[in-house]
Parts: sequence; structure tokens; C-alpha cells
Amino acid sequence: MTDFTMEVHDDGVAVVTWDVPGKSMNVLNREAFSTCEDLIDEALSRDDVKGIVITSGKDTFAGGMDLNTLASIREESGDDAAQGLFDFIMNGHRILRKIERAGMEPKTNKGGKPIACALPGTCAGIGTEIALACHHRIMADNPKAKIGLPEILVGLFPGAGGTTRYSRMVGAMAAAPVLLEGKMLAPKQAKSASLIDEVVPADELLAKAKEWVLNAGPNDIVKPWDTKGYKMPGGAPYHPAGFMTFVGANAMIHGKTKGVYPAAKALLSAVYEGALVDFDTALRIEARYFTQVLMNPSSSAMIRSLFLNKEALEKGANRPDVPDQKVQKVGILGAGMMGAGIAYVSANAGIEVVLIDAAQESADKGKAYSEGLLDKGMKRGKVTEEKKAQVLDRITATTDYDALEGCDLIVEAVFEDPKVKAEVTGKAEAVMNQDGIFATNTSTLPITMLAKASSRPEQFIGIHFFSPVDKMLLVEIIKGKETGDIAVAKALDFVRQIRKTPIVVNDERFFYANRCILPYVNEGVRMVQEGVEPALIENAAKLVGMPLGPLQLTDETSIDLGAKIARATKAGDPDYDDTTDELIFWMESEGRLGRKANAGFYSYDENGKRTGIWEGIEARYASNDPQPELIEVQHRLLFAQVLEAVRALEAGVLMDIREGDVGAILGWGFAPWSGGPFGWLDILGTAYAAERCDELTAKYGERFACPPLLREMAEKGQSFYGRFGTGVDSKAA
Amino acid sequence: MTDAYIYDAIRTPRGKGRKDGALHEVTSARLSAFTLNTLKERNNLSGHAVEDVIWGNVTQVMEQGGCLARAAVLASDLDESIPGLAINRFCASGLEAVNLAANQVKGGAGDGYIAGGVEMMGRVAMGSDGAAMAVDPQLAMDSYFVPQGISADIIATEYGFNRDEADQYAVESQRRAKAAWDDNRFGKSVITVKDQNGLTILDRDEYMRPETDMQSLGSLKPAFKEMGEVMPGFDTIALMKYPHLEAINHIHHAGNSSGIVDGAAAVLVGSKEFGEKWGLKPRARIRANTKIGTDPTINLTGPVPVTEKILRETGMEIGDIDLFEVNEAFASVVLRFMQAFDVDHDKVNVNGGAIAMGHPLGATGAMILGTLLDEMERADKETGLATLCVAAGMGSATILERV
Repeated sequence: MTDFTMEVHDDGVAVVTWDVPGKSMNVLNREAFSTCEDLIDEALSRDDVKGIVITSGKDTFAGGMDLNTLASIREESGDDAAQGLFDFIMNGHRILRKIERAGMEPKTNKGGKPIACALPGTCAGIGTEIALACHHRIMADNPKAKIGLPEILVGLFPGAGGTTRYSRMVGAMAAAPVLLEGKMLAPKQAKSASLIDEVVPADELLAKAKEWVLNAGPNDIVKPWDTKGYKMPGGAPYHPAGFMTFVGANAMIHGKTKGVYPAAKALLSAVYEGALVDFDTALRIEARYFTQVLMNPSSSAMIRSLFLNKEALEKGANRPDVPDQKVQKVGILGAGMMGAGIAYVSANAGIEVVLIDAAQESADKGKAYSEGLLDKGMKRGKVTEEKKAQVLDRITATTDYDALEGCDLIVEAVFEDPKVKAEVTGKAEAVMNQDGIFATNTSTLPITMLAKASSRPEQFIGIHFFSPVDKMLLVEIIKGKETGDIAVAKALDFVRQIRKTPIVVNDERFFYANRCILPYVNEGVRMVQEGVEPALIENAAKLVGMPLGPLQLTDETSIDLGAKIARATKAGDPDYDDTTDELIFWMESEGRLGRKANAGFYSYDENGKRTGIWEGIEARYASNDPQPELIEVQHRLLFAQVLEAVRALEAGVLMDIREGDVGAILGWGFAPWSGGPFGWLDILGTAYAAERCDELTAKYGERFACPPLLREMAEKGQSFYGRFGTGVDSKAA
Repeated sequence: MTDAYIYDAIRTPRGKGRKDGALHEVTSARLSAFTLNTLKERNNLSGHAVEDVIWGNVTQVMEQGGCLARAAVLASDLDESIPGLAINRFCASGLEAVNLAANQVKGGAGDGYIAGGVEMMGRVAMGSDGAAMAVDPQLAMDSYFVPQGISADIIATEYGFNRDEADQYAVESQRRAKAAWDDNRFGKSVITVKDQNGLTILDRDEYMRPETDMQSLGSLKPAFKEMGEVMPGFDTIALMKYPHLEAINHIHHAGNSSGIVDGAAAVLVGSKEFGEKWGLKPRARIRANTKIGTDPTINLTGPVPVTEKILRETGMEIGDIDLFEVNEAFASVVLRFMQAFDVDHDKVNVNGGAIAMGHPLGATGAMILGTLLDEMERADKETGLATLCVAAGMGSATILERV
């Protein structure tokens, strides 16, 4: 059975059906594309065929390109990868152009056959690009269906004509949400965005598509850009209106991507340069930019981490081989900010929730948090009254531990105090299922130590959420010394239920994420102390793709938390480097605790809006002249993080570099363009990275010392993904 | 090498560059031709006296397109054997035309030239010729393109000029321009623009607002704040290029920036022999001229490095220059120039500048050179320097020496 099949119906409509065997969603590979072309050729040449409907045998249309195809082309092409990719892309353009021209005479636009695309459901990437090449697009009114071109979100752009076709259909400005933001649209929105032409009831989809094909006139199948006098909607680049659009778009995209995401710039260039020439030349330009993006290591790194490996982790790449551990009833201890958030995401995923706090009022407040979020969702039309009621019904807010009866998972989110935690552990374990799992949401305390309070330490685990729970995509699962496989599987299955991305790490101080974030923040603070201008520190971080500068991040997480961690760390570690304490404790004593105090590294107005760096900083730490080079500041900020990631890998805290990379991007927004800390080191090259470590160490101290693993890899000329690869081999141990 | 001299320099008055401006009715070619004819007549030149007409013009589309220099020659009383060269170095085009002419003379390629330029900003809108630098994503992003107003505000931020200083500068420019007119200091070079019947169209700069004071300027909103901070957010681009800055201080507005006007100017440049042949007395020697490229984002700082360059090339020091004309594109441009060289405002733009009288892009360079020469003669100064900032990060400069 092939991915595409064709059946010519009695009414003269050839129905080409895409149905990849053994897959839940269609993805396109080379062989299938070629089969599709053969079928189109046959239908166009057969006299008994009046027109064509392209549809899917599944309840969705397509998920996009099979990304392994691109990888194999790259491999096959050897040293000439750019040529191989360009030829492949141009071949795709040729096939889609064949569909679009449908046998028409080039000059007269006569003699073609109508081709409609019938979309039963979700359609993304090249699926949408195939649809755009057709003459008419009909989508089923399927509540789950979304259509769009989300390539930009993984560091690519629509490179099978989608960029050129859609921008010519609606104009550069109107195309922006779909092309530049990668927005996926519901059928009705997609119709107003001209991505599709009709929305019909699902059971009429094929009939309506055929009806269109059988009634289409010769002009209905000619694309505007194939007629004389075509003008780009909204104005071509040097039309006065288009001029403003492009000048503005350049600035906005440049500002938003900070120059580190090559895909958006390439996309915009394909639109701009394409708009100045005829359609076929525009496709060639698009192909050149798409090739350039595919050849950029950042794009491969982003696809790897944000698409392939994120999905692999979500599907349980590192899940122990034990039976399904789906959670039925979760007990959440502590209804503060974190507990309330965990309750919401759990109930939202259909899990029954018992939300416990010492006072009923606090428990109720925790539940009200869910209500607030649901109300917000209703305002945006994303949540129905019915759904709201269902979700709230699943949450029982109480002070009564007996309500934990029947819980197969407990998530403890009480104060970061071992005593309090030990107490609630005992109380919960007495009531919950004997074979259930107890998880702590601690961010600072060792799991192994907390597990001592448990009567069943193999059933004890860390599940570390990030704040705000409903927004943050990452969950860090921490194995204590005695944590068993069932507990790990339970945590992973729970995370999957609540549709977040898990990483599994071993138990060492600050686990993985916080371990890497702290040196980042500290490096920013050190630079302030040295006299680097705060603006340069903050801008340098943003210019290398960090979502927040280290000083702003400190304001967001609060200075007193930093001071608290500093004191605790100092107490427990004889080698503790206390350089930054001087600034942190001073800020604390000045009451500049961060955003919550409306005063921190930044000044804030009465509405909590940042108004600029606080003058007190400059007054205390005079800025140096000259200031360091931008790249020096950036390297200090990034190396501080990635070296910690390497050390976490060496120490076995991190067991899989994929988790290290995905976790860093989702957990604290580590420069997504780089694919994560290990992706970044691979882009730099381990040899150069080791060399930089030595330079930074000489200038700034031992914290930049090259970890032995990195040194060894530099000497052997290895890359992280080359050595630790993906899948089973990625285990560092 | 042959020396190049200036024999005459004239300019039209500057008309408001909008439909109620007096020159709005005049075509670009006709105003150019009128200026060429005036220069020809008052110097008793024949129609074929010069080698070429080098004509600066920035927005070379529509009626200013298609080699306006040639159109101007054909529309004038000059002989058809004079070809015509249209050039564009943005705001320095008029000066660049003179420099090119001088260098041709110095190199022996012809004895005499008319050089100058025109810009009818009310008839052909600034920016209507497109610009890949702003529109092409590769170019715009690689060069951190921002509009010039943002660049002027970056200068203010980087070099520490506040709104009051810029406004004070603007008030002074207005005061000086009025005083200069009252004292008839432009009499030597300003020509009266007349129609085909000999009727006067304009005989005086009409853009000036001598009543301008700090209070009236204070009521103006910064012109580039919105595009900088909100849509499309050019400040972000500025901070990406200059990450040590925390925010851009938007201080410029219509009152402390150059005005949009119509106008033309022409300079007669020639060798010693040229003067002898036509019985003309040289007014000044063009001692040196040069140009430079610099950072395109801060864009308008060119007068500083180009002045450093020309001083280096001539072995002169800043103190050797008696008078300066620094084009007043924006207040911060001149403030930065004075700050960088520590020169007194008494030596700079002594008769006002483009903030008061306007900046007809393609003509201004030739206009300020004439203004400089007039003032050197009036005040009996030996040496003067004219310089302009140029879009996309360039600068031009010329040093004159009286003979």
C-alpha cells in the first residue's frame, strides 16, 4: 500500500487520497511525493477525468514534512548538502507548480483541470503548502481542526511555496500572523485569513469538493499571479503602502528575533525579493533562502530540540519499561501558588484532585485560582461554561487528610522546610493508596533527604514544577537514591497527562535547571560589581537569545530568595564563592527585593512597570571605561550556564543530553536558537569552547574551568550529539 | 596639480516645501535652469563656457528622475554641447557636486564647471525613490537600519544632549538667520526667482520662524518617540547596535530639525586660466575636499570623522579653521560636532542654518558653501570648512581658502 492512492469516480472526479499506513497522521516523504506526482500526471492525462480532489484517509490532513527526509537528503548529498537540499526543494516546487498549473497552456491559461483540496481536519506545514497549490480548499467544520504553517516555531519557514503563495494571496502584512508567528487557525479563522475557501460539515466534505471541481470554470483555476497585471495585495515593496510595511516589518522582526533566529529574516527576504519578480523566479528565491536556513546549524539544533527531542521526551523516551501508570486521583498538599497551579493543570487534564491546606480558607483560595484561570479562558472564548464546571467539580478543597483516600499520586507543595514536609509525608502516606507514589515539588531540598520521612522511599520522587505552573512547559522529575522505576514511570505518565514536557534527573543540589540558572544570575551580578554597565549586561543577554537579562530575572525571582539561597549554600559548602553576597545582601538591606517590592535592580512605577535601571547601582558601582566587548559579556553569561550543564552531565545528574537541551529551553528559556546548552557547544565546536574556557578562566576565575569531559571531547574532536547522540546511546553513563 | 577656484556661488531663496510654498509651482528642471541661467548671465559666460554641469539631487524619480542635470541644461540657455551629470550623495549631493568639479579641474579634465543641485521637496516627496537599505530585509537588518530622526536621537543619547540644549540651539539658529537677513548678509548669493514674464515668484527664504522661542518649541512633542518606542519599535534596533545604552532619549521634533523646503544652488568652479579667459576674479581656492563612510545606524555623525580626515590630509588643525558651516540636519548633529572638536558656537553656522531656513536635500551642500564664502569675505576670514552629515552613515567636507 502506498501513501497516496487514486480512485476515479463515475462523475469524472479523480479522488487522490493521502493515507500513510501505520501512522496516526500523514507526513510527507520523498517516495510519497513522487507517487503523488504520478497520480496527478495520470489524472491530468486521462480523458475520463474532469478534475481532481486531493484528500486524506484520516480525520486529519497532514502534520507536515517527514523531517527524517531532510536528514537523509543531507546525508546522501555528502559534501554537497546545499545542492542536494536545493534540488530537492526545487523538485517539490515543480510538483506543486504542476498541481497549480493543472495542465494549463502557459500563455492562454486554458486547458487545465480543476483541483480542490478537501481537508477533513488538521493540516500543517507541507500539508498546507500542498493545499495552497490547489485551486480551491475546503475544510471540514471539525472542532479539533487547525490549519497553518508553524515552521517558524522550530526555526524553519514554509519552504515548499507556502511563503511565496500565501504572501502573494493576501499581502505581506496580512500574511504575517500565519508566516511569521506560525499561528494555527481554526477553520472559520482560516477562512477569514484566506488560507481556505470554504468550511463545510464533515460528512459533506468530499461531496462539496467534487461539486466545486465539477462546476469550476476556466478562470476559477487560474491563480492571480499567473494572470497579467497581478499586483500584490497591500502593496509590493516599493509601492508607498508596501514600503511602510516592509520597513516596519524589518524593524519588528529584527527587534523580536534579536538577530539570532535566521529563519524569520530568510522568510522576510523570500517575501521581499520574491515580490519583485515573477512567480517562478520567486519560488527559486524561496528555495535558496530555505536551503540557507536548512544549512544553518541553528535550524538543525532547533528542530532537534524543539521538535524531535521534545516530542520523544513527551512520548516517554526515558520511561522505564513498566505498565501504564496513568494517574486517577491526585492529592496536592499545600494550596499556595504552586499547589494551586498543579491542581489546575491536573483537573484540567481530567484527573480528580484533592487540594489540601492547613486552613479551609487557604484551600478554597487555591481552588479559586483555577476558577480565575478558567474565567480568563472563557473571556477569550477558549473555555465553555460546561468545561469550567467540570474542571472545578474535579477539585476538592479541604483540610481533611482522609480525603486523600484512593489517591494514587500525592504532590507535596508545602513550605521548603524539611520538618513540615516530613510531617505531611507521614500523614498522607497513612491514607493514600499503599502502592501510590509520593512526589515532592521542592526546588531546593535533596529528594534523598526528604525521602527519609517516607515509609516507602522507592515510591518517593521529586516532581519539580516551574512557576507559573499553567504556563511553564517543563517539569523536572528528580530521582532520589532509592526511587524506583514505578515512581519514575508514574511521574512521567502524570506529566504526559497534564501535557507538559518531562526531564528525568538525579538528585544533587539544585537538580538541573536551578543549578544552571544560578551561575547565570550570579555572573550578571558579578559584572555589575566589576563596573560593567547594567544596560550592557541586560542587552547582551537578550541579544544572545535569553528571554530575560540576569538582573531582570533576579528582580522577578526576588532578591531575598537569592539572599536566602546564598546563606543556605554558604552554610553547607566550605568552598562557596561569596563574591556576589556583598551586592545581594546590600540590595536586601536596602529593601530592593525585586518586582514584588516594586524596587530592585530596576525602578518601577506605581503600576509595576519597569522604568529603568535603578540609579543606586551606578552610584555604588561606577561603570568602567571602556566597557567590555558585547561578545565577552555574552560568553560570560552563556558559559556560566553551559559549563554547569556539562558538569551536571559529568556528575550523572543529567542522564541524557536531549533532556539537558530541551529542559534548558523550556525551563528557563536558554537561547532557543542554539538548541540548548549542548547544542550551543556543538555549534561553537568543543575545541573552541575548551579554548574559550581557558581564556575566561584566566581572566575571570576558576568557575570557567573547562570540565574534564569537555576537555576530553575537544581533544578527540567530538561533538556532544556525535558522542551522546540520541536515544539509548545518549545515556552519558 | 592645477588649483580649483570658486568664481561665484548663488542660491535661490528656500520656499516652503509644500503646496502653499512659493516655489511649489516651479518644476525642478525650470528652477535648475533659472539658477544656471542666472549664474551664466552674471558672470558673462558663453553657452559653452563650462565642461559640464554636475547637479546634486537626492530623490531622483518622476520629474527629478532621468538625469535631471541633462534636463536642466537643455531647459537652460547653456549650449546643448554641455552634457550634465546628476549625482546623489544624499544630503551632501550639492557639496559633492562642487567637490567633483573641483577635482576634475585639479586633475586637468576641463577648466570650468557649474556644480550645485536642486531639491523640490514639496513636489517630489523625500523617500519616494525607495531605498533598498530600508526595505530589503537583508540590508536593513545587517545594517541595523533606523530612520534618521532615530539616529539623531541616538546621537543625543550617546553624547548626552538634552531637549533644552537642542531647543536652545534651534532658537539661536532662527535668531541668527533673521539677523543675517536683516543685515543683508545673503545679498551676494540669493537670487530672485522669476517667472517666464520676469515677474517675481520668491526673493526671500520663507521657511524661517524668527519668533521661535523656548516656550513655543517646548510645546512640540518629540517626533520620533512613537516609531521608536511603539510601532515598529526602532529603539530596539538602536539598542541592539548600542547595547550599552538603556533607552533612547527622544529630543528631536520639527522645530529643532531641518525644514522641508524647495530650492536650488549653483557654484562656478574653474582653474586660474578659466578665470582669466572669462575675466573673472577667483573668490576662494578649494583647498581640500573629502568624504567618508561611517556607522549607518547612528548615521549622522559623519561630520566628525570626515573633518578629522580632511585635517589629517591637509596637515591642518581644527584651530586653523576660522569659520564652519555644519549642516543643521538635526540639532544634535551640530552639537556633537562642536563637542567633538571643542569649537565655539561663535565660529559655527554664524548666519543660521537649515533648522531656520530649511534643507533642500540636493542643493544644501552648495548653499552652505556659498554662505561660508560670503561670510569669510564679510568677516575677512581666511579659512572655512563646510561639512554635512549624510544618510546611511556618510560625511562630506570641503575647506575653502580666500585668495
